[in-house]
This record gives sequence, C-alpha cells and structure tokens, in this order.
Amino acid sequence: MAFIEIEHLEKTFQSKSGDTEALRDVSFSIEKGEIFGVIGLSGAGKSTLVRCINLLERPTAGRVIIDGGDMMQLSDRELRARRRGIGMIFQHFNLLMQRSVLDNVCFPMEIAGLGKKEARQKAMTYLEQVELSDKARAYPAQLSGGQKQRVAIARVLASKPEILLCDEATSALDPQTTQSILQLLKHINEEYRITMIVITHEMRVVQQICDRVAVLEYGRIVESGRTREVFDAPKTEAAKRLIYTHEYTGVEDEGSGI
Amino acid sequence: MTWDAEMTKMLVDGLRDTLYMVVFSTLFGYILGLPLGVLLAVSDRDGIRPRRVLYRVLDIVVNILRSVPFLILLILVIPLTKLLVGKSYGSTATIVPLTIAAAPFIARMVESSLKEVDHGVIEAAQSMGASNRTIILKVLIGEARTSLIVGVTIALGTILGYSAMAGVVGGGGLGDIAIRYGYYRYETGVMIVTVVILVLLVQILQVLGMMLARLTDRRKV
Repeated sequence: MAFIEIEHLEKTFQSKSGDTEALRDVSFSIEKGEIFGVIGLSGAGKSTLVRCINLLERPTAGRVIIDGGDMMQLSDRELRARRRGIGMIFQHFNLLMQRSVLDNVCFPMEIAGLGKKEARQKAMTYLEQVELSDKARAYPAQLSGGQKQRVAIARVLASKPEILLCDEATSALDPQTTQSILQLLKHINEEYRITMIVITHEMRVVQQICDRVAVLEYGRIVESGRTREVFDAPKTEAAKRLIYTHEYTGVEDEGSGI
Repeated sequence: MTWDAEMTKMLVDGLRDTLYMVVFSTLFGYILGLPLGVLLAVSDRDGIRPRRVLYRVLDIVVNILRSVPFLILLILVIPLTKLLVGKSYGSTATIVPLTIAAAPFIARMVESSLKEVDHGVIEAAQSMGASNRTIILKVLIGEARTSLIVGVTIALGTILGYSAMAGVVGGGGLGDIAIRYGYYRYETGVMIVTVVILVLLVQILQVLGMMLARLTDRRKV
C-alpha cells in the first residue's frame, strides 16, 4: 500500500444557490518521499483537494489513507495530533503578523507543548536552514514575499512533518524567488525525505520539482503520470491547454524543452 | 459659591469617583463581554466552531441589552444593584448598571475585532494541529490585539459618558457634581469646570489608548 492513498474522493459544497461539486471521484496514491504535483486552472478544485488531505475540508465521500490510517476515522484529538505530522504552506504565507519571525517558528512547537526556551533554540536552527537566522527578531511585515515563505517553511520544519502540502506556495512570488523556494523545497524533500503534494497552476513548478503529476479539471483528475511523460505527450485537452498556454505566454522556461 | 479649597476637594473627589467607576465598570464589562464576544465570533457561521442556534440566541440577547437606553437600565437594575452592593446610589452602586450596559457593547467590539483576523492564519494554525482553545488565545486574540486595544479605548470613553449620566440618579463622580451644582443650582461655573475635566479625561484616554495600540502593532513596517 502506498504512503498516501486517496480513494474516490468527492466534495460537494452546499449553498442556497445550489450544490457545487468541487471534487468528483478523485483517486491517486503517493509513495513515501515522492513529490506529487496537482496542476489545474483556478477553480479546478486543487485547493479543496489539498484541504481534504489534512481534513481542513471534510470530504463528502471517499477515503484519505495516510500511512495505513484512515483520516476520517480519527477523533478530533487524534486528528489534531495527526495534523502535526502534515505540514502545510500557503500562497499568502499565513504568518502570525503580530509575532516575530522567531516566535512564528516557535508556534507549532508551542502547540506540541514544548518549553519556550527549547522551542526558541530549535527555531533558530530551522531559521538557519532557510537562511534567515539574521531575521529572527524581525516581524513578517518587514520581510519580502520570498522571505515570508521561508519563514513559513521553517515553521513547517519545526513540526517535523512526514508530509508537506504546498498550496500554491510560489504563486505570489516573482520567477526568481519562485526558483529559490523550489530549490529549498527540493532540498527539504531530499534531506528529510518529506513527501510533498504540490498544488499549482504553474507548469514550471511541476516541471522543476515534481516526480509525478495529476491534471485536475472541473474536480476530476483527467490525466496523471510521470512528469516527463505528461509533459512530453499530454493526452487530454486539459493537459495540452495547460502546457501550451504556458508556452504561448512565454514565461521563462529555463530550458525545459517544450 | 466661591472657588475655595472645599470646591477643589469636591472636584478632586469627583474625579476620583469617576475614574473608580469607569475603571471597574470597564474591567467587569470585559470580564463578561470578552468571553461573550469570543463566543459570538467563534460560533458564527464563519467561526472556528459554528453553532447556529447559540449564535442566534447570543446575538438577540446582546441586541436587546444594547437597545435599552442607559437611563432606563439604570432604574431597571436597581433591585439587582441593591442585592449586590446593598444600596442603589453612590459610585460603587453605579458600577452595576454601568457594567451591564458595557458588557454587550464590549462583546460586539470584541466580536468584530476577532472577525477581522485573516482566515488564512487561522487555517494555518488548524493545519498545525492547534486546538480551538489555542486558536482563540494565541491566534484570534493575539492577532487582533491592536484592534482589541482600540476597543478598550472606545469602551473607556463610552463608559465615562454613561457614568456622567448616572449623576441624574445620584451616581457620584463628576457627572453627579455637574448635575447637582450646574443644573439644579444654576452654578454654571462648576458645571463648566466639570465638563472641561470630562473632556480632558476623554482626550487623555484616547491619546494613551491609540499610542498603546500603535506601539503594540507589528503589522506595519
């Protein structure tokens, strides 16, 4: 059995104006240590999908199985404990704006019940890993977007996750900063063997770091496979559209050869 | 009445009584209003633990309490005041209606401050496995602290205004003096002096509150 198994996931949002099917029969599996990409246009259901993995959204149907355990069977308390092993980074970083960089990195350790002194010491080592130890006393408002995402990554490392969910983590960053964040993520993946799920609408993100990719359209996975294969020979219209739109807009390809 | 030491003493005592009423009413107002405001923010539809019925009930109770004019509340709660304080006049007795008037108003301000907190940050805390308790204490209150401090400033100013109104029923403090001397005895001088002191008090509170809010705000560079 794979490390992460997503089985027949469905998510329907109910509202007065009618139901919206955000996810329809989504299934895939991810091996330990893999970087798995989910690409799609906005509104395809990517963010809902990633939120169903740590149950920030509760799926309407289907199963999420991580390391053999069914996420939906967990009690509230068990779920909170499980979430500590599943880190998440976001498009808009979601740092605590009223806390210093150091205290942001301490936050997950506070939640885990670690003492303040110990947490601060460890936080400094995580900040070193993201090359931001000189900003420990700064506040998020004083940092650039790339630096904020590095703080968010240090914060995630502080909970020693086995899995990292990246929700459009580079979408608010310029191409150069995107590069450095992607390199950092790749490095983390190799160094700590953290399994990653990367949600993005940017082809180049997938190309650079994902081992495998799934193309999501209107809540369905329409195509999936090894990144190279999907890129070299996209089978579906949706995949072609994503790949070729990218080419037409002429965003820096960095020798990707498509 | 001429200006003499007695007069000065009366005003100083009045100021002391006013501050005593305002500080304690605000304190008790927050003891009741802060948890109520948290409950409102948390149980609303977009809160971290939506509870529709609870929210509706609290919402209505707060609205009813807020719509009772203070002067009427002052008289309505006299039995309760007597029960708690032993008498229905004087500064200590006035703290009871002031607290009851302040609490729902404070609850609303707290609710609105907490609802300003970026949902993404709450989601991040949830993704780290934070309990609702931790989210309330460290994310909602921590992130909304600037807005909460501004709220305290507004509450102090509003309660100061109410406390002066309590002078009508012998509530003590500067409002009492203004009504007894200025209004009932046509001593305009005394009335003006008390009003000036009240105005200065509000100004000072406002300046200090805003300064504190600014000093504790890290959201700007």
